[in-house]
Amino acid sequence: MIDPYVILDLLLGLAVVALAAAVLTVRDLFAAIVLFIVFGLLSALAWVRLAAPDVALAEAAIGTGLTGALLLKTLHHLRYVTGSLDRQAALSVTPVQPVPMAVIWVNAAFCGLVTLGLAAAFLGAPRNGPGFDALVAEAMPASGVEHPVTAVLLNFRAYDTLMEVVVLLAAVIAVWQIERGLSEAPAPALGEVWAGFARLVLPAIVVIGTYLLWVGAEAPGGAFQGGAVLAAVGLLLLLSRLYVPRPAHRGVARLGFVLGTGAFAAVALLVAGGGRVAFEYPLEHAKTLILLIEGVVTISIAITLAALFHGREPVALSASETRHDA
Amino acid sequence: MMQELIAAILIALGTVFFIAGTLGLLRFPDIYCRLHALTKADGLGLGLIALGAAVLLATPGALFRIALIWVFVALASATCGHLVARYARQTERTPRHD
Repeated sequence: MIDPYVILDLLLGLAVVALAAAVLTVRDLFAAIVLFIVFGLLSALAWVRLAAPDVALAEAAIGTGLTGALLLKTLHHLRYVTGSLDRQAALSVTPVQPVPMAVIWVNAAFCGLVTLGLAAAFLGAPRNGPGFDALVAEAMPASGVEHPVTAVLLNFRAYDTLMEVVVLLAAVIAVWQIERGLSEAPAPALGEVWAGFARLVLPAIVVIGTYLLWVGAEAPGGAFQGGAVLAAVGLLLLLSRLYVPRPAHRGVARLGFVLGTGAFAAVALLVAGGGRVAFEYPLEHAKTLILLIEGVVTISIAITLAALFHGREPVALSASETRHDA
Repeated sequence: MMQELIAAILIALGTVFFIAGTLGLLRFPDIYCRLHALTKADGLGLGLIALGAAVLLATPGALFRIALIWVFVALASATCGHLVARYARQTERTPRHD
């Protein structure tokens, strides 16, 4: 008798690989994005089967939900900028502009290098080794939290997590620089049913995102998952036009972007100032400090991801437009 | 034992509805028929599977979470179905070649 889970795992693995191949080969960009979202959901399921619910949550919230939304928004923007937003052209299967061969080859070379590096790392790793489970379990009492993944992410290897927050900050700075000159693609009108749905789920998402952040101390969850779910609030507000970004809001937005990195680095420096190594939290304050960092980082992640979805820095209208607006 | 049997029957029934919905998606001629198959059959399938899972994990916390998941997935899929149909109606003048 074969273990039924083996069949499930085999099917799941095959489906993930097949979907990855389909994403790369399908010609229609919209279909590729939809397939990518399905691919992300199935890989989240695969992470659950690998007993890594934290990774599964992150994959579902960030890798699938938010990345999918970003890709769809980018496609909308591309079609608008290249003037093919009329209905006939928007449905056509041809990409809007051919990518130069040199760019394709450089990208392929980079992807190949990363794949080779991953293969080398995988083959070079010790087989069936004990891993770091015992070490982490041993150090858990000194971490200030009860969930091993949170202990690793925000205490033992907090430096790596700080760098992840910096990457997000760099991304939003780059987007605000690059997109400055482009005109804004108008958001599609989605109708009253959708507006009602948004009103109904908005408060629920706030609660779920906060819950994910809070529960991270003792169970799967945490800043990135909670932040991504809270960013969905921003997406809904932007799409339903309940919130319209204005140039005057740029200061608050910039504060939101740097808040996470700033607070994270400040805690590290303050801890280091007391004759300790950075991120070596004093035990009696460890939980408070970790929760403080996670809370602030969650807000920062949510604001940054929502700003990435909006894409464009809200710039001041020219004089004529302002008069027209008023 | 009884619990597991009831849960298995409910989940199996739910799966049948999901398969029926998928068959409809693959076989029906146009987008409205496909949406009709997908949203209705999957809605019922999801309800049955949620019920089966609730019978299996009969703790108050789990029941509450499953109920929430059911409500929000049902709402989201109904809204998505509406949005797809709405978009299809608006672009009807330029039908998509299949």
